[in-house]
Amino acid sequence: MPEKRIVLKNCHVIDPRDINTYLEQDGFKALTLALGMTPEAVIAEVKASGLRGRGGAGFPCGLKWELARKAPGDVKYLICNADEGEVGTFKDRYILQNDPFTLIEALAIAAHAIGTKQAFIYLRLEYHYLLDGLVHAIDQVKANGSLAHLDIKICEGAGAYICGEESALMDSIEGKRGEARFRPPFPPSKGLWGKPTIINNVETLMNIPAILLNGAQWFRQIGTDKSKGTKVFSVSGDVDRPGVCEFILGSRLDEIVVDWAHARDIKMVQLGGAAGGIVPFSMIETPLAFESILGSGAVTAFDKSRDTLDLVSRTVEFLAEESCGKCTPCREGTEVMLEILGRLASGDGQQEDIQTLEELSNVMALSSLCGLGQAASIPVSDTLKYFRNDYETRIKQSVFLRSLRGQQWQ
Amino acid sequence: MDNKLQVSECKDLLALLRYEQEKAGYIDEQFIEQTAQSMGLSIGEVYGVATFYHFLSTMPLGRYVIRVCKSIPCYLKSSQLVVETVRAKLGIAPGETTLDGRFSLQLTNCIGACDQAPAMLLNHDLHGNLTPDKIAQILEACP
Repeated sequence: MPEKRIVLKNCHVIDPRDINTYLEQDGFKALTLALGMTPEAVIAEVKASGLRGRGGAGFPCGLKWELARKAPGDVKYLICNADEGEVGTFKDRYILQNDPFTLIEALAIAAHAIGTKQAFIYLRLEYHYLLDGLVHAIDQVKANGSLAHLDIKICEGAGAYICGEESALMDSIEGKRGEARFRPPFPPSKGLWGKPTIINNVETLMNIPAILLNGAQWFRQIGTDKSKGTKVFSVSGDVDRPGVCEFILGSRLDEIVVDWAHARDIKMVQLGGAAGGIVPFSMIETPLAFESILGSGAVTAFDKSRDTLDLVSRTVEFLAEESCGKCTPCREGTEVMLEILGRLASGDGQQEDIQTLEELSNVMALSSLCGLGQAASIPVSDTLKYFRNDYETRIKQSVFLRSLRGQQWQ
Repeated sequence: MDNKLQVSECKDLLALLRYEQEKAGYIDEQFIEQTAQSMGLSIGEVYGVATFYHFLSTMPLGRYVIRVCKSIPCYLKSSQLVVETVRAKLGIAPGETTLDGRFSLQLTNCIGACDQAPAMLLNHDLHGNLTPDKIAQILEACP
């Protein structure tokens, strides 16, 4: 399927520092339209569009809004998750840099729909250099009179991958350690400071103005049965042309990695960063959609010169460092996994390592508190599935190396 | 912990720590004690937040903090070379600060600049597509 620009349609078309260039591109027409509708009608339109969350989990956006709308209480919050910490993901940075206005318009629409006067943009501190542009854009929208019903606060993190996880993110806004919360209760009923809260990814929100302007039916025609619209991908790694692109959902992986980014000699592709899956070259024609594999849209290509165990142990090292430490399966599991993968990568593997990794993966996937620990097993289990030979060879080599050193055990 | 950290108080805690980090370059024990006392929290709670986030430090840092990305997309583009270049130029290993207090070198996880790998942050400024020459120029431009 071809490229199509819905989310990125204004990038490099408008001047992100000048609201007039945004107004020329139908800016705030969707907001005017939405404010003329009842909140329920706005939610119905978003629901009918089939839009699903773009942060990685893919929860239906309209349903989330409806839950928050119906939750009792006068005080509700809206949060835009701009804590883009997933390895290999930089699409939200690109969006915030090139088109902050669409995001602000979308927040204004969402606020009207769920009935809140307070929105937060949680911006990772690594993106501090985007702060001025964002503040400048909000000021211009205020001066334009389009934010009369909403206050948008930018809340900066302080460097923690886990704060991209929605419950940890709320703890961080509350000023605490960013640790995952037990759920239920889910944020739409009890979120920030115990109030009903909606948390949407930057890219999810970017779709909202286009959906209202063109109608849910228009949006529904794009994509596959279960995945409507487009997806923005961040492409990096062993490619000639790294960058950000937007494809219709259901596009094949090779259309992005090979045709768009010009990768050669591909061994495998990591989809969705450290918490995402691994696709071997033999499956390069996999369609990218919620029903197959998608994640955050990080596409990292590895060529044939790369060592599987090196990449997996680095991925797990990342997760071990970024685990918040609240639940035992994730805190201890990532460390033990790293220890095993580290010794495999350095040629000191043992016979039972594969079995231990498999057992550990199962326990972590089943019993971790949030997506980090649950997903930590994916890079291990995927490579064990597709590159098991690499593990087995490494163990054989390890045994051989030890015999050379005169160590008899195992 | 939840019932102790009241809305306005805890909202201020991370902001307060970030402000102190920017102002003093680190968060010392005395500040943690004072903050705990003034906010009615335990020292452990304040210390817990101060040590949770990568951009907060309980040890003095240099005026310029270099954070070299070590995550996979940068690693594939030789981020080790960036670390080695900085190490050779400044004589400090990751985790160390120069004796004159100018630079600290740290390794960091993905900073979202994978399209410009290898990349690093110098304080809050992003520098991408790094080469040894470019790194030398960046470091020399720091007063």
